[in-house]
Amino acid sequence: MSRRTIRKLTNLVALGLSACATAIGLVFLGAILWTLFKQGLSGFSLSLFTQMTPPPGATTGGLLNAIYGSFVMTLLGILMGGPIGLLAGTYLAEYGRNTRLASVIRFINDVLLSAPSIIIGLFVYELVVVPMGNFSALSGAVALAIISMPVIVRTTEDMLNLVPQGMKDASTALGAYPWRTITSIAYPAARSGMVTGLLLAVARISGESAPLLFTALNNQFWSTNLGAPIANLPVVIFTFAESSYQNWIQLAWSAALLITLAILLLSIIARVLVSRMSPGGARR
Amino acid sequence: MTTYSAGGETRVRLLAIGPDVERGPNRAAANQSLGNARSGISAERTAERNESKIEVRHLDFYYGTTRALKDVNLTLRDHSITAFIGPSGCGKSTLLRVLNRMYSLYPGHRATGEVLLDGENILAPSVDVASLRFRVGMVFQKATPFPMSVSENVAFGIRLAQRISRSALAERVESALRDAALWEEVKDKLNQDGRSLSGGQQQRLCIARTIAVRPEVVLFDEPTAALDPISTLKIEETLQSLREQFCIAIVTHNLQQAARVSNTTAFMYLGELVEVGPTEQIFTAPKDRRTDDYVTGRFG
Repeated sequence: MSRRTIRKLTNLVALGLSACATAIGLVFLGAILWTLFKQGLSGFSLSLFTQMTPPPGATTGGLLNAIYGSFVMTLLGILMGGPIGLLAGTYLAEYGRNTRLASVIRFINDVLLSAPSIIIGLFVYELVVVPMGNFSALSGAVALAIISMPVIVRTTEDMLNLVPQGMKDASTALGAYPWRTITSIAYPAARSGMVTGLLLAVARISGESAPLLFTALNNQFWSTNLGAPIANLPVVIFTFAESSYQNWIQLAWSAALLITLAILLLSIIARVLVSRMSPGGARR
Repeated sequence: MTTYSAGGETRVRLLAIGPDVERGPNRAAANQSLGNARSGISAERTAERNESKIEVRHLDFYYGTTRALKDVNLTLRDHSITAFIGPSGCGKSTLLRVLNRMYSLYPGHRATGEVLLDGENILAPSVDVASLRFRVGMVFQKATPFPMSVSENVAFGIRLAQRISRSALAERVESALRDAALWEEVKDKLNQDGRSLSGGQQQRLCIARTIAVRPEVVLFDEPTAALDPISTLKIEETLQSLREQFCIAIVTHNLQQAARVSNTTAFMYLGELVEVGPTEQIFTAPKDRRTDDYVTGRFG
């Protein structure tokens, strides 16, 4: 065999292997989606969105309290974690770019990024739940905020770093102080990327269950009290799927499909935003 | 000249491309005050138009421990264009970045000596760098329109410098765009994104943005290095018309460009200011052997 044939064959083998790897990944993803739709869709009805989580064996019941709880805690979580994450990312990318402190923060943030979420749950349990004396929606939101922060810090820093230094220098050369350069030049140029980062963080925390087990717990009833336990989709899935009651298991499937669809929708919105909003930042 | 006859031909060619060197309005004055500029002593001012604007005295610059500028002494005159030439890494851009203190953005960059802007030392720690940059503007090699509309791009700096009414702002934007020879091309797309313009237009937008603030000094750091010849020509014409209003310094790798646009040329080599003088003299009868080698192209 000539060298040329060998090289061609090597290429074919590499191509085959990577295609196989891709296919394996896609098969699992497809299987999950298929099962979710098959099992979950049959439970979809109006009562899913109008009724509370039922007792075992009941013939009616929905997920309204859990949907509301998940929505509120995710919203509060991103409201707390978003600004902190954005500002911390701004510090890392702009003010503290070359400082030692920034590299330490960056390292710790990366550790936090991959920290098991159950540990965050335990941390917030000690920090909020124990002093307050009971499980609460608020503590759940705090846990979700802590989980969202490192994601937002990371994407914000990365996106701001993509803004050409020359653009920032030009603003400085016009007599702008750093904060003005950041808000008027860097943020608009990095806007779509930063929004995407926020949406991805929302997607990430809306599916977290482990930290909520120690913080928000669950609630069978409708509750808008932030100081009390609150129902939420991930913990409902966890509890109901483990049970042996047919109506609970069906609701768990429906809840799982609901979360998946919500995250899918968020991802699509993020994609559309990226393509629509100013194409600047990453382009130059 | 007799010694370097081959070089003489090159010089003739350079100057043939640059008729403006002969017609520059400050030619006579530039020749007169040459001696003063070289010794860094304040000039006996023949006319207010040729007053010295910036005086650099015993300037040293360090990137960490590397000494990038060595005892630079220089005078930049008002209403005049000074070109800085020299091989890459000779310190031209570094010198330019000292004049508006852009270097102070970076830790470890340090300048010693004095840079007097109208007699005031801008290297003093008490100087407010933002106010300094209103007075000393800068145009960079790469055009960097901001992520906003054409008119917002020009208005950005004006708004930083002062409170201004909407109508006055619109006038300032228009006059800056006219001065940068861009108005006719963009008057119908003032609300378009500045990044949608062509490369040459973007660079003229950056010039408009810089002069809109009405600085006293404008620094150009290789403004045409990334542009095609036609855009380059337009920028050079713009430079000529701006000479009346500003004290201009330009760093360029293009010797013909230096010959075409400048009144005074400074040759730098390895962090030293080797020679400075009227552009015509630097290109035809330089005093230093290294300058001669460089402008005749015998030099890496």
